[in-house]
Amino acid sequence: MSIAEATSSPQVPSGEVPTFTATIVVRRYDPESGEEAHWQEFAVTVHATDRILDALHSIKWEQDGSLTFRRSCAHGVCGSDAMRINGRNRLACKTLIKDLDIDKPIYVEPLKGLPVEKDLIVDMEPFFDAYRSVQPFLQPASVPENGRERNQSVVQRARFDDTTKCILCAACTTSCPVFWTDGQYFGPAAIVGAHRFIFDSRDDAGDVRLDILNDKEGVWRCRTTFNCTEACPRGIEVTKAIAEVKQALVRGI
Amino acid sequence: MVVIETPVARKRRRFNIEKYLWMFMRGSGVLLVVLIFGHLISNLVVGDGIKAIDFGFVGGKYATPFWQWWDVVMLWLALIHGSNGMRTIVNDYVERERVRKVLVGALFVVAAALIVLGTLVVFTFDPCPAGAAADLLPSFCSAA
Repeated sequence: MSIAEATSSPQVPSGEVPTFTATIVVRRYDPESGEEAHWQEFAVTVHATDRILDALHSIKWEQDGSLTFRRSCAHGVCGSDAMRINGRNRLACKTLIKDLDIDKPIYVEPLKGLPVEKDLIVDMEPFFDAYRSVQPFLQPASVPENGRERNQSVVQRARFDDTTKCILCAACTTSCPVFWTDGQYFGPAAIVGAHRFIFDSRDDAGDVRLDILNDKEGVWRCRTTFNCTEACPRGIEVTKAIAEVKQALVRGI
Repeated sequence: MVVIETPVARKRRRFNIEKYLWMFMRGSGVLLVVLIFGHLISNLVVGDGIKAIDFGFVGGKYATPFWQWWDVVMLWLALIHGSNGMRTIVNDYVERERVRKVLVGALFVVAAALIVLGTLVVFTFDPCPAGAAADLLPSFCSAA
C-alpha cells in the first residue's frame, strides 16, 4: 500500500531516491590562518541514501575545496573518518543523514581529546602511542606443533572474538572523559588491543601486558561510564573488555 | 616508519595501590548497602520508628557492643569509600600537581580526623551522664 502511494507520489518519480537539503555546520580550523577555530554552515542537497561523508564530499568538491578531513575506504572498514557528529563520536561513512534530525543543523567537529591539526583532522599519534605500548602483536613462547601452525578451538577463538573487530578509529578513546582530562590514560582502544592478545590461547605475553595495564594510568583509571561502548562503530563491548582485563588482574587469567 | 621496540618483560611491580583501592571500593560498596540500610531500618522503621529517637535511644545503642561495632565499621568504610571517591575525582580533574597534592592531602587529613573522633565517640560514649534528668536517659541507667 505505502509502496504504491510512494511510487505514485508526484514529488518522487518511480525509481528515484528522494532528495532534501541538509544544513551541515562544520568546525573549521586552519593553523596557517592564525584564526581561532570557528563554525561554518553549509547547505547541501543530499539523497536519502547519503551519509555524512557524502555531504562532506559534496562540500569539498562543489562548495569549499579547503575543507579537510580523513577518509579512505568510505565503507566503515578502515576507521579513518571517525568524528564528532551532533555531539557523538561516529564514523562519517556509516552515519546516514536521514537518521539524524534533518530539521536542525547537523554539527560536525573533530574528535575531542586529541590535538586538532586542521578542520576535522586530529593528531592520532598519542592514540597510536598508547596502542603500541600494550604490545599488540602475537608473542608465542612455544614452537607450534608439527612445526606448522598453532591450532585453536572454537571456544578459545570465541574468547577474544569481540575485541578482534577493532579498526583503531579512536571513537572510543576520544569519547572517554578520563582520556579528555590529561591524555595520560591508555584509553579504551589500547585496552581492547591488549585484551585481544591477553585472552588469545596462542599468546604467552599476557602477564607482560597485564603488568603494563596495572600501571597508575592503566585500567584502574576506567570509571565504567560506558561512553566507549556507546561510541564504538563496530559494536565492540569495550567497557566489558576493560572489566575483563580488571578481573584478570584481580584473579589471574 | 614505525619501529616497535623488541618487547621486554617489565620488572613486575609488587604493589599497585590503585588496584587494591579499586577492589576496596567494590567490597566496601556492597557492605555499605547492607550497613546503611540496616542502620536506617533499625532507627527509623522498626518499633516506634522515627519517634523513638532521643538521647536515650542513641545512648542505649552505644551501650550495646553489636551496635558499637556496626556503627564503627560503617563509619570507617563510609569515610574511606567517600574520601577515596573524592580522591579519584581530584586526580581526574585537577591538572596542577601541587594543587592536586594539597587537595588529596586535605582529604586524607579530614577523613583521618573524622575516623579518629568518630571511633573515640562510639567507644567512650557515656550513656548515663551524671546529673541528667532520669526520664531522658536509657532505662538501664537508674538500675545501675
